[in-house]
Amino acid sequence: MQATRRRWLAAVCAGILLTVVGGVPEALAQQGTALKIPQSAQIQPAALNKQFQGPVQGRPLLLQVGSKVLFGQAHIPGSEYVGAGAGEDALVRRVARVPHGAAIVIYCGCCPWERCPNVCAAYEQLLHLGFTNVKVLYIAQNFGQDWVQKGYPVEQSH
Amino acid sequence: MRVLVWIAAVWLLLGAQGAPVGAQPAVRPKVGLSGLAVGQAAPDFTRVGLHREPVKLRALLGRVVLLNFWASWCAPCLEEMPRFVAWQRQYGPTGLSVVGISMDDEAGPVVALEPRLHWNYPIAVGDEALGKLYGGVLGLPVTYLIDRRGRVRARYEGASDLPRMEDRVRKLLAEPSR
Repeated sequence: MQATRRRWLAAVCAGILLTVVGGVPEALAQQGTALKIPQSAQIQPAALNKQFQGPVQGRPLLLQVGSKVLFGQAHIPGSEYVGAGAGEDALVRRVARVPHGAAIVIYCGCCPWERCPNVCAAYEQLLHLGFTNVKVLYIAQNFGQDWVQKGYPVEQSH
Repeated sequence: MRVLVWIAAVWLLLGAQGAPVGAQPAVRPKVGLSGLAVGQAAPDFTRVGLHREPVKLRALLGRVVLLNFWASWCAPCLEEMPRFVAWQRQYGPTGLSVVGISMDDEAGPVVALEPRLHWNYPIAVGDEALGKLYGGVLGLPVTYLIDRRGRVRARYEGASDLPRMEDRVRKLLAEPSR
């Protein structure tokens, strides 16, 4: 049910984009993008990195909502994988016991921001579930360029 | 005295370049994550293709290889694939081999795309290990051009300038094997 809702939200995101842009390629039309996410809900890599240098208690719950293969190669230390490769409704299951006011940051970085098919659907889903403090890490090009090559901390799955 | 002043100056200089107080040092992965460098030998790998055929890079020595990392959910990847199909058709007889490595988490979505994309080159599903072998594939698409001697000659990341890439392919095809 939740998976259906998530796919539906992705379709809505794509639909809005189609209305705004018009005539986008077929591949893009099939997927949601991050263009709908308001700037107020975005967090820049430098700002997130700064937060993670502070006390552990003040850190947000950090969730990667994209590809498991990419997550395995490199991810932000302390982040958890809840993308499609983690199984049906992984995101919903992970936040089931999280207070709705808790700070949550989601990220992907598979593709350029405006073409990411993952963060919009996850962001909308969290809002729909009642979370009020959700931020999306703004990754302009991809995780490699905008996080790893900037020298921010990463770890790999073993 | 003068020596001590110099030592202190050097010490202060080095200290100033370190991490700020209270900051955590970046956790550097043990392997590089910036992709393979141009001129480096392309690491060999073997995978099983969608049609159960072996996909082995070393078997393509003597040919120019366009190694394309992509995924079914990556719109820019899907947009450039018809060009790769056309290049395989056009330049295959003179020595081009396109190889597609999907970085999908599972094969299902890849198989589902076959009727639409009409690949005329091998497609295999990759994994973290293959990504790490190629210096990290941390954003898609990523495409390597490998010359007939098995050396990386170019790396493209993100939506690429395909006419320029094609021009590079032509030049590599014109190079002798030895």
